[in-house]
Amino acid sequence: MANVSMTVNGLAVERTVEDRTLLVQFLREDLGLTGTHVGCDTSQCGACVVHVDGKAVKSCTMLAAQADGATITTIEGLANGGDLHPVQAAFKEHHGLQCGFCTPGMIMAAVDMIERYGGKLDEKTVREELEGNICRCTGYHNIVKAILAAAQ
Amino acid sequence: MGVEGIGARVPRKEDKRFITGKGRYTDDISVAGMCHAAFVRSPHAHAKFAGIDASAAQKMPGVIAVLTGSQLREDGIGDIICGWMIHSKDGSPMNMGSNPALAFDTARHVGQAVAVVIAETNAQAREAAEAVKVDWQELPAVTTGDAALAPGAPQIHENAPNNLIFDWEIGDAAAADAAIAGAAHVTRLEIINNRLIPNAIEPRAALARYDEAEEHYTLWTTSQNPHLARLVLSAFYQIAPEHKLRVIAPDVGGGFGSKIFIYPEEIVCLWASKKTGVPVKWTAERTESFLTDAHGRDHITTAQLAFDADNKMIGLKVDTIANLGAYMSLFSSVVPTYLHATLLSGQYVIPAIHCNMRTVYTNTSPVDTYRGAGRPEACYVVERLVETAARELGLSPAELRRINFIREFPYQTPVIFAYDIGDFDASLDAAMAAADYAGFAGRKAEAEARGKLRGIGMSCYIEGCGIAPSAAVGSLGAGIGLWESAEVRVNPVGTVEILTGSHSHGQGHETTFAQLVADRFGIALDSVKVVHGDTDKVQFGMGTYGSRSGAVGMSAVAKALDKVEAKAKKIAAHLMEAAEGDIEIVDGEVRVAGTDKKLGWHEVCLAAYMAHNLPEGMEPGLKEGAFYDPANFTFPAGCYICEVEVDPGTGHTDIVQFVAADDFGRIINPMIVEGQVHGGVVQGIGQALLEGCHYDPETGQLITATYNDYTMPRADDVPLIDVSTTETLCPSNPLGIKGCGEAGAIGAPPAVINAITDAIGNNDLTMPATPETVWRALAANATAQAAE
Repeated sequence: MANVSMTVNGLAVERTVEDRTLLVQFLREDLGLTGTHVGCDTSQCGACVVHVDGKAVKSCTMLAAQADGATITTIEGLANGGDLHPVQAAFKEHHGLQCGFCTPGMIMAAVDMIERYGGKLDEKTVREELEGNICRCTGYHNIVKAILAAAQ
Repeated sequence: MGVEGIGARVPRKEDKRFITGKGRYTDDISVAGMCHAAFVRSPHAHAKFAGIDASAAQKMPGVIAVLTGSQLREDGIGDIICGWMIHSKDGSPMNMGSNPALAFDTARHVGQAVAVVIAETNAQAREAAEAVKVDWQELPAVTTGDAALAPGAPQIHENAPNNLIFDWEIGDAAAADAAIAGAAHVTRLEIINNRLIPNAIEPRAALARYDEAEEHYTLWTTSQNPHLARLVLSAFYQIAPEHKLRVIAPDVGGGFGSKIFIYPEEIVCLWASKKTGVPVKWTAERTESFLTDAHGRDHITTAQLAFDADNKMIGLKVDTIANLGAYMSLFSSVVPTYLHATLLSGQYVIPAIHCNMRTVYTNTSPVDTYRGAGRPEACYVVERLVETAARELGLSPAELRRINFIREFPYQTPVIFAYDIGDFDASLDAAMAAADYAGFAGRKAEAEARGKLRGIGMSCYIEGCGIAPSAAVGSLGAGIGLWESAEVRVNPVGTVEILTGSHSHGQGHETTFAQLVADRFGIALDSVKVVHGDTDKVQFGMGTYGSRSGAVGMSAVAKALDKVEAKAKKIAAHLMEAAEGDIEIVDGEVRVAGTDKKLGWHEVCLAAYMAHNLPEGMEPGLKEGAFYDPANFTFPAGCYICEVEVDPGTGHTDIVQFVAADDFGRIINPMIVEGQVHGGVVQGIGQALLEGCHYDPETGQLITATYNDYTMPRADDVPLIDVSTTETLCPSNPLGIKGCGEAGAIGAPPAVINAITDAIGNNDLTMPATPETVWRALAANATAQAAE
């Protein structure tokens, strides 16, 4: 068993969990933050992307214990009270989601990508950067449009 | 009309919960005392077993029970059925092998469930499942349709000699043979439509709870059709009578046909929840999804298209073996028959058509509907033949098509379907213009200078959807009707709830269905709520698949709105002492035409519920329901043009342009429709370029069972899709809607393969056209040229 403490969406949390608990399981099951999703078992799909200490990370590839002491932001922590994050708003405006299951991971990956590129993104770069996020519904067309719009 | 009515590009109302992480998918839901199920699955493609030793598993931490197929059978849980009867040519019924939710003596595909462990945590259940011992006796396995039919193949079901399920035909064999014999030219192709795995990003899941005191079950599950699930669970699987079973399909993360069926896992979770006395949850791991979600496609075809001396099509003969997997899934029999062969006329006048369809058991996962369900297979056969024929005949692909287009409607094809309306020239013109088809030669030369091979390919598809007229499908063997239901509840304050039997798992119904109300009464979209997915809340409906929510689901809403409108007008006429015929409802107001007498919409609604002053004999309230049974299938059609650049050194294909010009009839929300085309086209590109489901022919192991091995389309595999529409209104439903959900997956694959074969000058290409496949085709060219 491991004692893990971290800050998640601004709140300090502390739990005792089995050593093998993945960060995504910790978020979903121990903290009830079900916005981060599990879509695969080989770290390919990206539905589980969160921010750990300011970096986009696939939360299925980390143990909760590895995140001990870290600052985590999940999709639930992105909006500022009632105000949507610009990337969230762009996804809605540009119809960048259909079933919504890949969407939290997409948005978190997009926020990170926009930050790393200082907002200077083109279509080719966005598509390459999205290699780690699989969507089955949208064909990526409107996701790319949303991210390019939000980047501005 | 109006900013939020029919035709408006309105952003979706439902997005907020999804973009803020507040969606409620089945795995997100927990109930008090919930335990977890893990299935013991066959590691063998074909094996008998006599005993299951759960002794070690039962002692493991957290384990509550280990349940087997024998126990399931003893408790009277019924076998899984195929719900559509198809007869062979000799009149015999299809050979439906017994399909228990938990196998009790034979496993017929890798991953088939034979037992279930219920434990306190998911990890405990999965660990204990690995400790369950089964005394497997391996049998030889067969994985491909043609090998399964061959003499000496392993026998999979006792009641299906040579693994034949049915041998069916449609059309006129003699006429097709005569056309081919007398033809000036025959184009012949051997075609494989590669097996696909749907892979909705949300894995399947089920949460079942039995309430002992009420003797009542609740099931939350990833379903495209909760009412159908309830019916089948009750009537066929004997879980409980319908009124003691509530099925809820909450937010569902994509379906594409794979979440229509009632799978073993939800049957077992329901049964186990009563047997163990605890709520039981199961969520698939991705590899489980690969192994147990219904697969799609898997046709082996020989096809011949015959032409006269004027390049007119005179006959088409198609012979196909369709691999249905180890068991007949719910709609598996209709996908290769009435959803497939009936589209073999394509957009063309073809006087004589014959299709022979043999369906076969193999030791692979069951095959059923996957986006397009039979129509992609038909379109691929026709459009590959047509493009190939154009090359053989020395005509441009557009020219050959125009010579043969159907231009008079309604048009009765030789394969049951009668196309009601269409304008195939309009789509072809639009696509060619958008693609700058005329400029291709210049682009090809420019690419060549860069050492790349450019190719262009088209696909003029037509499909049959808006499924379906109930009596018609009943006469063809369907076990259900395919109408849809709607109830429109106007609240006393004038807000409206639509309760629909359709289900939204990405299609945006909470917005588009509401647009119908906004359009009709001129009230704000925000005043309308769409309710779906819960059998306790919504009257019986058939769910969402077959591109039917617009054509059928919305038609039901429209009929209910007609009734609401009529009653509201009666009330208003009475209140304003006017003639009913003079009442108009516009912009949220109820007016007497030609006067300035009016009431607010909400005032009329309130009057209905106050009932202080209603017309003589009128019941209070303003709530109307309707069931809509389609008069016909609908026939979306269009033209897709794909332009590619192939790197001859690596065989890699870049899609440099993809143009879609569709005719979907009336469009409620263009933004939603474009999204459906984007998504469908990319799935079609996936089939053509990337996705291949492979079973090892010796062992029957699924060797593409993760995203490492099965190549899903990713953002950098595809371009932006150019989408445009033309419109011929569907004459058979009140709104004129044809439907748009599957067209992309139907029309795209032949466009892509036609483009690549054009680029490389070799027509012999099997999907997926991976770099290796394309490279080998190029190498084969070189060998052939060297030999000359």
